[in-house]
Amino acid sequence: MTALTKAPPQEEPEAPPKPRRRGRLVPYWLLLPGILWLLVFFALPLVYQASTSVQTGSLEEGYKVTWHFATYWDALGDYWPQFLRSVMYAGAATILCLLLGYPLAYLIAFRAGRWRNLILVLVIAPFFTSFLIRTLAWKTILADGGPVVGALNSLHILDVTSWLGATDGDRVLATPLAVICGLTYNFLPFMILPLYTSLERIDSRLHEAAGDLYARPSTTFRKVTFPLSMPGVVSGTLLTFIPAAGDYVNADLLGSTDTRMVGNVIQTQFLRILDYPTAAALSFILMAAILFMVTFYIRKSGTEDLV
Amino acid sequence: MTTAKEPKEHGGDVRLSGISKTYGSFTAVHPLDLTVPQGSFFALLGASGCGKTTTLRMIAGLEEPSTGTVCLGEQDVTALPPYKRPVNTVFQSYALFPHLDIFENVAFGLRRRGIKSVKQQVGDMLDLVQLGEQARKKPHQLSGGQQQRVAVARALINHPKVLLLDEPLGALDLKLRRQMQLELKRIQTEVGITFVHVTHDQEEAMTMADTVAVMNGGRVEQQGAPADLYENPRTTFVANFLGTSNFIEAEVASVSGDDVFLKAGGGKLTLPKARCTAPATTGGTVLVGVRPEKISLTHADDAGAIPEGRNRITGRIADSSFIGVSTQYVVNSPVCAAFEVYAQNIERDARLVPGADVVLHWNPAHTFGLDADQDADAGVEKVEEDA
Repeated sequence: MTALTKAPPQEEPEAPPKPRRRGRLVPYWLLLPGILWLLVFFALPLVYQASTSVQTGSLEEGYKVTWHFATYWDALGDYWPQFLRSVMYAGAATILCLLLGYPLAYLIAFRAGRWRNLILVLVIAPFFTSFLIRTLAWKTILADGGPVVGALNSLHILDVTSWLGATDGDRVLATPLAVICGLTYNFLPFMILPLYTSLERIDSRLHEAAGDLYARPSTTFRKVTFPLSMPGVVSGTLLTFIPAAGDYVNADLLGSTDTRMVGNVIQTQFLRILDYPTAAALSFILMAAILFMVTFYIRKSGTEDLV
Repeated sequence: MTTAKEPKEHGGDVRLSGISKTYGSFTAVHPLDLTVPQGSFFALLGASGCGKTTTLRMIAGLEEPSTGTVCLGEQDVTALPPYKRPVNTVFQSYALFPHLDIFENVAFGLRRRGIKSVKQQVGDMLDLVQLGEQARKKPHQLSGGQQQRVAVARALINHPKVLLLDEPLGALDLKLRRQMQLELKRIQTEVGITFVHVTHDQEEAMTMADTVAVMNGGRVEQQGAPADLYENPRTTFVANFLGTSNFIEAEVASVSGDDVFLKAGGGKLTLPKARCTAPATTGGTVLVGVRPEKISLTHADDAGAIPEGRNRITGRIADSSFIGVSTQYVVNSPVCAAFEVYAQNIERDARLVPGADVVLHWNPAHTFGLDADQDADAGVEKVEEDA
């Protein structure tokens, strides 16, 4: 038991008896499959892609590594609007997911009682259907003259979104709003589940303690519940933002040529135009951009301070 | 103590009138009336599930009473949510905010009430609980005892009318618990706030509290000063839960003056009438109780040397265990299967070993009489409870 001294917590002083040689190697053997997997399916393709991005040539003559870094600048110069769009759409979808997901995760964690498991199953139930089919279904939902568009129109919400440039007159389909809706819908579970996990871990006695210390329920939420759920907020937003920024299916099915995201560009470059260096360079730029933003975000939100 | 302003309203007694709590068909607390005098250290004592914590939570506002009212002084707080009650709680598991450091944990209540300059007050409070140098640490960096003191400081800094303590020492080991008992008692004396302390540890309740209310099955069995409860238990539950008691079922032979004369297994016993809570009518039965440490043990060969006028019972030592300051004997006797006797190790009689015939005798004034209708084993601790 710890005495009432102010000694800092210390490492266990006595080292455990030295394991035998064979035993010491066991962790490395256990790591081996994972490392092999990473090497073959992550590191090697990355190296291959990096070399592709600095090649020049054409499909007929074949591509050669010429260390042509200008591809990066050209790609960025040509496609920066799509990059920007990707970040904006993914950002909007992430914010929507957070606004929709947080109350639901809160409800499941604290208020659902015996319905908790059922609601959790319902959250992931859409995964039982194919991603494509679910996204196609949104085409019907947002169809011109459909009930959703009609309702939004009569509530004058479309006037606001059109003014913001997210919709086009009384159309929703083939507009940015449709793409953002699709992204929000498809990535919502990735927001809810980490939020639920971190909310559920909060000791309910902390709520009682806050109430006992003169915090009204809204203050308890601001000062106790929300700060303690930050790990979930951070991982939820990352799990939503990263795949959403690279997504091309939603923009492809629900958008138009004016809503193309960087994912669409990469797909076209790889599969239609067959300009492999540009596609590879775009992929690297996207990766770097996301890595940069995520690092910045994690630094800012200071999750390491949270328990 | 602190330089803090005194709270505007001066405290008053905590008065519970007819409060009860039912969950569906289960009654956790039967309607009870309880008054905790201002400035006292009051303990609610009972085994787990006796309703003591529910009672405490009703005072805190964390549990809504099914019936009855809670008053603090003149103010009826029954309908107030916890954050509007001038009451603070030290939770069983401390419930410190893990994302805030010690300073902010202690300052939490002040900040919620819109007090801007908290530095001085928090510093003073941390000094009171001797944690001044830990202010910038997170709760998980502190030991159990230190966390416990943070929890006390966090509640006390608000100058509540009543401080509620829900088994605050339950998670500490024995040595630290003893130390914290004294510490809490010191703090209570220093700040003069009413403490309501919930515990299942009778020793803890008796050491710390001015008044103890023993609860059993959602009811208060008896309430009083620790010594009074110990010497004059009114039910077998109280007699057994607070320390150990021996019970003999005896028939009332006659009542004369201040004494009740009883027959038990051929022997005669005397009981002061004032200490008999059961109706003593000739021919009726009462349970005669006596504490193990009040009894003297004499070898049967020396029975003639026992002074007249003492209650005596014959028996045979079944077991003895030497525990340093005293020796604890278990004696089989015709009137009671396992009579417990604690004898101080002043002059040890070498003949008092298992198998020896002995006479148990005690001053009749130490005898108490209870209603024979109750279970003589009520409240006997079966297994030592581990927090």
